[in-house]
Amino acid sequence: MTTVAENPLVEGLERLPVHPTTLIIFGGTGDLAQRKLLPAIYNLAHEGALPERFNLIGVSRSDMPDDEYREVARRSISSYSRREADPRVLDSLLERVRYVSGTFDDPAVFERLATCATEYDDEAGIPFNRVFYLSTAPAFFPVIVGQLGRHGLDRREGAEVRVVIEKPFGTNLEEARSLNRDVLEVLDESQVFRIDHYLGKETVQNMLAFRFANGLFEPLWNRNYIDYVQITAAEDIGVGTRAGYYDSSGALRDLVQNHMLQLLALLCMEPPVNFSADEVRDEKVKVLHAIDPPDPLRCAEMTVRGQYAAGHAGGEESHSYLDEEGVPDGSQTETYAALRLGVDNWRWAGVPIYLRTGKRLARKVTEIAVTLKPVPHLAFSQEGSLGVQPNQLVLTMQPNEGVSLSLVAKIPGTRMKLRPVNMEFLYGTAFLSQSPEAYERLIMDAMRGDATLFTRNDEVEAQWRVIDPILEGWAQSDDALPQYEAGTDGPAEADGLLAEGHRWRAI
Amino acid sequence: MAEFLWSEQDTGPGRIEAALRDLLKQSAAEGAFVPARVLNLIAIVDREWRGEIENRLERVGRYHPSRTVICSIEPGRTQLDAVAYLSGPDAKKPGELAVGSETVVVDCGPGHVPRLDSLVDALVVPDLPTVAWSPHRHPEAIDAVLSLVQVVLLDSIEEPSLTEAVTRAEQLAGSAYVVDLAWLRSTPWRERIAATFDPPLWRAELGRLAKITVRHHPDSAMAALLLFGWLCSRLGWQPGSLIQQNGSLRGRASARRHEVELCLEPDAHQAAPGLAGLQIETASGMSLSLDRGPGGLAARRTSRDGREATWTVLGASRGEAGILGEGIRQALLREPTYGPALEAAGAMVR
Repeated sequence: MTTVAENPLVEGLERLPVHPTTLIIFGGTGDLAQRKLLPAIYNLAHEGALPERFNLIGVSRSDMPDDEYREVARRSISSYSRREADPRVLDSLLERVRYVSGTFDDPAVFERLATCATEYDDEAGIPFNRVFYLSTAPAFFPVIVGQLGRHGLDRREGAEVRVVIEKPFGTNLEEARSLNRDVLEVLDESQVFRIDHYLGKETVQNMLAFRFANGLFEPLWNRNYIDYVQITAAEDIGVGTRAGYYDSSGALRDLVQNHMLQLLALLCMEPPVNFSADEVRDEKVKVLHAIDPPDPLRCAEMTVRGQYAAGHAGGEESHSYLDEEGVPDGSQTETYAALRLGVDNWRWAGVPIYLRTGKRLARKVTEIAVTLKPVPHLAFSQEGSLGVQPNQLVLTMQPNEGVSLSLVAKIPGTRMKLRPVNMEFLYGTAFLSQSPEAYERLIMDAMRGDATLFTRNDEVEAQWRVIDPILEGWAQSDDALPQYEAGTDGPAEADGLLAEGHRWRAI
Repeated sequence: MAEFLWSEQDTGPGRIEAALRDLLKQSAAEGAFVPARVLNLIAIVDREWRGEIENRLERVGRYHPSRTVICSIEPGRTQLDAVAYLSGPDAKKPGELAVGSETVVVDCGPGHVPRLDSLVDALVVPDLPTVAWSPHRHPEAIDAVLSLVQVVLLDSIEEPSLTEAVTRAEQLAGSAYVVDLAWLRSTPWRERIAATFDPPLWRAELGRLAKITVRHHPDSAMAALLLFGWLCSRLGWQPGSLIQQNGSLRGRASARRHEVELCLEPDAHQAAPGLAGLQIETASGMSLSLDRGPGGLAARRTSRDGREATWTVLGASRGEAGILGEGIRQALLREPTYGPALEAAGAMVR
């Protein structure tokens, strides 16, 4: 076998070559495609970041010719792109767009799709890589993957075939396992890219740099110095137009199972040997395995759920969840979830990790707060001081991305009076460029075949292993669902999760 | 654009620095901006064209330096006049912080140039990378501030000749990291050449390249020369001298087993600085051409059997403001291939 030498021309290039690719979006007229995927693809095209030869095929139920789909794409890009579209680039991109209509269980759709993709290959005289992006209702994931297999679209001689699967990946452990089985019957794990768009955010990726490129923190990053950790993902908005999805999902499935457990894993993982996809994911899975799942019968000791009642948001009156359009009467879906978890390994044993998320809370914020243990002896009088508070390191993902460290300082004056002060690093003040949209990064990574920022099969099952018992415990519970006033920090019951001396940060 | 402004005639660096601190305090008291801390840019400009440079810097958008010190040189001037201002977005979203930048404009005279370092030293934020840029040449002013800066931004197409352009860039590279806008003009072309030869089937053709023609804006031969230098250095070719021939520059480079013909052709139809197009031919009869076109680069590939394929490599033109913005961004990175490309370019024009 002859080996081909490395490409000497790629050295020093910021954008490495990506093999010519045809991207196929199932759900090509859907909300996600229009608001996120198509604008992200346009922005990549604008920056010259797409593969040098690129085609796009939308697949959806609505019957329309290619030209009409191109207009759908043009409108969505014009409305949602983070930059104004350059008409010449947009026209050139849309020239490479085609559309296949039909239902996802109809074999004829996949025959037409195969023809369309092959025509692109024949026109170019090369086999394009194919990336199938499943931006559909979860029920269609196994259906589409099965059809891809039956129509020979799961492999391509001389090219790579990859499948991107949107969240949610199952609604419980059993479904996730079943979906993994269905998917892996057709595809190799290396072809599967389970998306969690949180991982595409620069500030989430920065956690790895923060932890493993700064000698300052690693010696403190363990049970000897860390008292407790709080991870918060608060939203100030309600369910809006997503009531149909949200009511069947709830806060636990919507945010905790995926995004928040990802943050927890990145925060707690051991340093990987290198930053290859599997090394990083191996370390994250170890953390997830080290979480002792709650006993469903003792769920109330470790979890709190709630639902927002009427209140005030942004100075205006706001509805209760039950009064939102599309929410079924008497719905018991939680719009708030708080958990106390522990990671039972050498580094983290005994350190409570509190997670909370909710809708219609006081403000929008996503942050991780690491509270260090208090100093062992205080030589200062607390009288007249705001007091000595334990140091707290806060990693903020949104809205003001950055890192803040609370310290204690002397208040100027003749007496030794103290108060906490903050040392702040704001991401936006230290870098020139804006972060690209998470989807831009993730679409490029999928086209490039880099799975580091995607969830592996064992990872997603390990996440559900933590969440399943909570869902079971809540389903069995007769307790009334606590209500919290919209625009507040959530239900008072969440305080009951905290160990003595711990407290929730104000949202 | 919200602003905090200070100005003074017959001033000095100490007073300007104090005024900047004052402006920051005012802004903090009003909760207006958080000052960005990314990099300092020292721009040395002719007084006559200062406004044009300020406009160019305005348009770099998100790649704006956090503190810009514009030294505006006016013939006959002996007194220092200065304006300093903090600016940031007019509106910020609730709960979000606005990030502001600082600008100082100092009107100075030719007499200040030899010791320009003593003027700007107090005006740059310590511990941040500092970049010097002199778009109207003034090499003596750049030399004066070299001890203060880590990066020099230059556009080697502005030098009077290719030989002088290479010499000046090499000289500066001895003291600072050089970001050359002429080099950045060739980036999309280098990316596309690398991508073309990335599939294993095509990579083998890299050893059979026979002729390369690059067309360029009449004033941008240096951008094209650097592209040749890049190919020579990456592919291990020994470049020979380029010779003027019918308005073009022609020469040869020696690859391991064969010679590669090189041709630089000015293109009078090319309006913007930079490259207009290129053609790569291989000994086996394949060829690739890339030309500027609507919505990106128009690519045409001819296979050995004569089959032709055409397509558009998507991408928006960055424009001169975009190139400058990219240059400022590159000041925070380190590109390992420019130096060897410059060295090879030097061998072609000396």
